[in-house]
Amino acid sequence: MKIGAIAGITFKEAKRDRILYLLFFFAALGIGGARVLAILTVGDRVKIIKDVGLASISLFGVLMAILIGTGLVYKEIDKKTIFTLLSKPLHRAEFILGKFLGLVLTLFVMTLFMSLIFLAIVYAHTLKVEGTLLVAVGYIFLELVLITAVAILFSSFSTPILSSLFALAFYLIGHLSWGLELILKKMTPGAGRTLVRALYAVLPDLENFNFRTEVVHGLPIPPGIYFSSALYGVCYTAFILGLAVLVFRRRDFI
Amino acid sequence: MANAIRIDNLQKKFRLGFIPKTRQILKGITFSVREGEIFGYLGPNGAGKTTTIKCVLDLIHPDAGTIEIFGRSHFSPRSRQTLGFLPENPYFYDYLTAAEFLAFTADLFGLDRVEKEERIARLLKLVGLERAAGLPLRKFSRGMLQRAGLAQALVNDPKLVILDEPLGGMDPIGRKEIRDIIVRFKDEGKTVFFTSHILQDIEMICDRVAIIVGGRIVKEGVLRDLVSERVLFTEVTVSGLSPEAFRGLGESISARGDRVLLKVYDESKVDEVLDLVHDQKGRLVSLSPRTETLEDIFIETVTRT
Repeated sequence: MKIGAIAGITFKEAKRDRILYLLFFFAALGIGGARVLAILTVGDRVKIIKDVGLASISLFGVLMAILIGTGLVYKEIDKKTIFTLLSKPLHRAEFILGKFLGLVLTLFVMTLFMSLIFLAIVYAHTLKVEGTLLVAVGYIFLELVLITAVAILFSSFSTPILSSLFALAFYLIGHLSWGLELILKKMTPGAGRTLVRALYAVLPDLENFNFRTEVVHGLPIPPGIYFSSALYGVCYTAFILGLAVLVFRRRDFI
Repeated sequence: MANAIRIDNLQKKFRLGFIPKTRQILKGITFSVREGEIFGYLGPNGAGKTTTIKCVLDLIHPDAGTIEIFGRSHFSPRSRQTLGFLPENPYFYDYLTAAEFLAFTADLFGLDRVEKEERIARLLKLVGLERAAGLPLRKFSRGMLQRAGLAQALVNDPKLVILDEPLGGMDPIGRKEIRDIIVRFKDEGKTVFFTSHILQDIEMICDRVAIIVGGRIVKEGVLRDLVSERVLFTEVTVSGLSPEAFRGLGESISARGDRVLLKVYDESKVDEVLDLVHDQKGRLVSLSPRTETLEDIFIETVTRT
């Protein structure tokens, strides 16, 4: 109930943010622009539309999560509305979870609208509703959920600009860390390998949520991968939210 | 009488500035607020009043000391179930209307829909915001925001109401209305703990007060015990006579037109002043004995400390 109230007010606040609509406009432009790109490019037009469309949903979704998420907790502290909230019988963990769920709901709605535009454009070319594309969208959304948790973690102790930079760095590292997995395969056992393994375990691997190539090109995906990727996303998100709660619980609101 | 708030040896220091410098804000605060009383918490700016309140509400973690709210540790969110709080210069979500904002705060207490609607309507009427219920808070004046803040502090029908400068930014009529509401709380059996810079208001409505200076409680007690009935001096305004006529009887503090304002410190000389006015065909305009006020005690205490 309390978490729901915080989530509700967060959703209300997020949907008033102009940046959300600006990003949505660019996302729609990106998805729609894929048609033009497909015409100008040699190759399978439908595949290009799907590829660019999914990339647009992912990129603009991440920007929405970072740019709105990093201001969420900070704004409450800066505008001192936090005094009114935390003087109620509310756990600080409930506050963080409410904020998180409010933004996740916002992103869900935006992802839904972006997906509808995307599916409509694909349908215009194939005259088929391609449900498999939703698998890729689903995992993009799971990645957005994790990025939201990261944005809220940084927002609980830092300014929006710094938090955005940190969250962006997390996103970039997350999409490059798969390289460590390749290095691990080529390394011989020893201290160096242990170090790289530890680094790989700590750093996020956001490529776990990337099923775009497989879905666009119709490549087979082992069923276990769906489950392990989802589990990875849920566990990592829970870990980051736990950290956010720990940091937030220790704060003094002067 | 049981305690609504019990604070024991509360200490808090902050590290402030670019090159952090430690500053002890609360230096071992100890006092209690009894159930059903109106308790005034006074102190000059920066004395630690708001920090104390924030510690009570668990917005700031104390370095040492204990705080209990109705016998329960202040760390437990349940201790705030029967508590209402109005912050100084309240800030709310300005895009919400007053009614929406109250509904949101009611949700944080888990009120059901029927109870919530009934209470919102009653509170908007109580604080005089019925006609502004549908207006976004960003269009509210400071006084109206203060009223909305008071309404949200009462949404759970609290047993204890903590008000940080509730009369700040109010016009005289608004101040009287809020004062009346606070007195009504006491009649309803609620405990009120509030800070104010307006000492006449505190004097008018408080049962007990504590004065904090430099992070320490320097005076605490029942108001009528602190403020004596002793007459400090008598102010006499006379017309039709010159100030020189009163030499040796009192201090002439102003003379405008044919009026003279005298301060007579010796009570026995008041009669002599009156006789003189009568004999020399002057006219007595006013006579008012000035007893000790909370302001006198406050200024004396702060200056001494």
